[in-house]
Amino acid sequence: MFETIRFKLNRKPTVMTVDGERKLLWVLRSDFGLTGTKYGCGEGICGACTVLINNKATRSCQLPVKEIKGKEVVTIEGLARDGRLHPLQKAFMDHDALQCGFCTPGMILSAYSLLLQKPKPTEAEILEGMNDNLCRCGAHVRIVRAIQSAAEEMKGGGKE
Amino acid sequence: MKEEQPLELERKDENRFSLSRREFLKAVGGGIIVFFSVGDLTAQERRPPGFQELPADFNAFLRIGADGRVTCFTGKIEMGQGIITSLAQMLADELDVSLDAVNMTMGNTDLCPWDMGTFGSRTTRFFGPPLREAAAEARAILIQLAAEHLHLSESQLTVKEGVVVDKNDSGNRVTYAELAKGKSIEKHLSKKPTLKNVSEFSIVGKPALRKDAWAKVTGKGQYAGDVRIPGMLCAKILRPPVHGAKLKSVDTSALAEDKEIKVVQEQDLIAVLHLYPDVAELALSKIKANFDLPEAKVNPKTIFQHLLSVAPEGEVVAQGGDIREGEKVTREAFESTYLNYYVAHATIETHTALARVEKDRVTVWASTQRPFGAKEEVAQALKIPPGSVQVITPFVGGGFGGKSQNRQIVEAARLSKLAGRPVQVAWTREEEFFYDTFRPAAIVKIRSGVTEANQIAYWDFDVYFAGPRGAEQFYDIPHHRELSHGHYTGIPGAHPFGTGPWRAPGSNTNTFAKESHIDLMAAKLKMDPLEFRLKNLRDQRMTKVLKAAAEKFGWAASPAPSGRGFGVACATDAGAYVATMAEVEVDQGSGKVRVKRIVCAQDMGLAINPEGAQIQMEGGLMMGLGYTLTEEVRFNGGKILDRNFDTYEIPRFSWLPKIETLLIENPEIPPAGGGEPPIVCMGGVIANAIFDATGARLFELPMTPERIKNALAETKAKKD
Repeated sequence: MFETIRFKLNRKPTVMTVDGERKLLWVLRSDFGLTGTKYGCGEGICGACTVLINNKATRSCQLPVKEIKGKEVVTIEGLARDGRLHPLQKAFMDHDALQCGFCTPGMILSAYSLLLQKPKPTEAEILEGMNDNLCRCGAHVRIVRAIQSAAEEMKGGGKE
Repeated sequence: MKEEQPLELERKDENRFSLSRREFLKAVGGGIIVFFSVGDLTAQERRPPGFQELPADFNAFLRIGADGRVTCFTGKIEMGQGIITSLAQMLADELDVSLDAVNMTMGNTDLCPWDMGTFGSRTTRFFGPPLREAAAEARAILIQLAAEHLHLSESQLTVKEGVVVDKNDSGNRVTYAELAKGKSIEKHLSKKPTLKNVSEFSIVGKPALRKDAWAKVTGKGQYAGDVRIPGMLCAKILRPPVHGAKLKSVDTSALAEDKEIKVVQEQDLIAVLHLYPDVAELALSKIKANFDLPEAKVNPKTIFQHLLSVAPEGEVVAQGGDIREGEKVTREAFESTYLNYYVAHATIETHTALARVEKDRVTVWASTQRPFGAKEEVAQALKIPPGSVQVITPFVGGGFGGKSQNRQIVEAARLSKLAGRPVQVAWTREEEFFYDTFRPAAIVKIRSGVTEANQIAYWDFDVYFAGPRGAEQFYDIPHHRELSHGHYTGIPGAHPFGTGPWRAPGSNTNTFAKESHIDLMAAKLKMDPLEFRLKNLRDQRMTKVLKAAAEKFGWAASPAPSGRGFGVACATDAGAYVATMAEVEVDQGSGKVRVKRIVCAQDMGLAINPEGAQIQMEGGLMMGLGYTLTEEVRFNGGKILDRNFDTYEIPRFSWLPKIETLLIENPEIPPAGGGEPPIVCMGGVIANAIFDATGARLFELPMTPERIKNALAETKAKKD
């Protein structure tokens, strides 16, 4: 059923009329052209489609778009502010925490959510917190390092 | 709703069908262009006959533009392995420009000369040297131009970061940009120019940040599925439930009323098209189709027997001495069989392509490791000349050999032709597991013997359906014979579905068998497995990597099983020497293995980007844990039972061992491959570590908890 949905997308108030049962992933990719959010498995297993909803990492491939009414959605495209990369993005670059890069947006947004909950995570907490994000290239070592370094850079500041 | 912004497409000459040299020069603009040929033009790498729209005398080139930027045009593609950076490093160093001044144009069949494909850890080894030569040649031309410009002799000039400077007067200078301006110079590499010595490198051999990192952390980097063009539709294709099924009848009437949905059919290719892929997928589920299902002839229990029964005669990979002579001096003989099951590539990006078929030309954006192969496959499918097909390869979201297969590209092209609109085909995860060309189930049989002096006397080796790579031995064995029966692509009737190359094809299977067998021999002789290896090695490079790994690992000699859970394995692959050691913990109740630590030492000759090489090592080790411990595509006949990551488990963060990588500096030796070698020891090293921990020897990959429990029970039964 088509319905009007008001929400914030990358901090901009947004209105759309859409079939509310469609999954957020496809609305972001197709209707908004925000292709940084990736399809990996379609069942919420791999984490490539992770976005932030009210600052919490969420699988967009599983989420009917009607659920985002009145909420704040942030995709990888919205993480940098005023052209300045978020410390996590910078850390992923500095630590070479990516290879093919396909899982990277989901990794960064999951890490963002993790650092909000645990601003100074131990290595074990990072491994646990990131465990449901899959990377096939095996960039895990560097991703852990990048998250540690971003956490330090953010000085426990969580959001930024 | 926001209107999508169509992307600026890089096509300078809209009416171009094929590319003559003149047209190419026009397309890229003026500047200084050096054409060069990749030296390793082996039979398979030669451009196919009748494929002549590019000049025949070169297959790569670089250009220095009037803006001072340097562009390297190569048919190779970037799928995570990092050549977008390491090739740029080689080019920048030889040309004396900064790494930032280099653009890489990759995998575009109109702008880049023909290339066989990106696989086999070949890029740095075979594309690297001529690229450096071309850069050196370009530098020589620029120096010559600068000498004329500054009225000085060439010997008075020096170059730094794209600026040619008078050695005696640093104010007297001219930039590459100024020299290239208004010029159109074509140069063909004929004689080999002098290359820099290792000691002269300022960029090569130094860590460099990935050139694609910014695009990939901001979400701006485009993969094939991210390309948007006006009028495009997304397709979902009707699939058979089982390989070998035949479509009997189809009823699409449920979709007849829906004006937004378009159904297209050409023989067995039936697809639903819509602006949105999710809407198309929902519509597809409303189609009723009946299939004739073939009888399931093989399953995981019968597959190995079946493969052995259809295997062709073996081809000799290597042989020396006479095995019968070896048998005569043998005091202890060994015979074992090693198995591995089917393994998926499981790239996080599924096979994806967007095709736009117009009246007389076709443009394709695709995730592929073989853009030039795709060009021909599309031409064949649409019965048009290859010259009218352009394949553009954006970033590829993982390949590992799986994207050497271009099925989705042909599907997109056929559907676009049928629909008269651009069509995107992006496989679902289930389709990916169905059409992936798996690493084949394979068998290795080894017979061997040792002398009184604990020297390996003979080695009789047969591999079935994994292929010959990695079958050869590097130990010092006087009497040996290595045979390979059937390639990894299989033969008709061998596998119930497609198989193909998988990161270091053949090498993983062969190395698991070889290094398990070596360990088994050492254990029987009650020798430390490292000592037994060193005793039977004359190859100094292998000895060195083993010793380096042992030192880093803190290996203390002990025959296995020692209870410590230590394992060692070594291999040569793609010209590199690798030694890996691991420490595992086995929960004997559940059969679960925890890999605690991995040390990997590698001698790959000159490492162009040491940081990148180590990242490839870490990645290979981590990915390798999957085929070692969990990854197995389960099936019944042509039915694939694993369809997503819930049952097909790939390595994840909680598995992460402490990983230490070590590059053995060997800069005087030309670079070896780096993307594949580190993964090949994983089966062997973990199997050997499990044996050391428990005394149970595993002969099958993956070593699942179930198989480990069975092996433990068998070991116990033998003792009792």
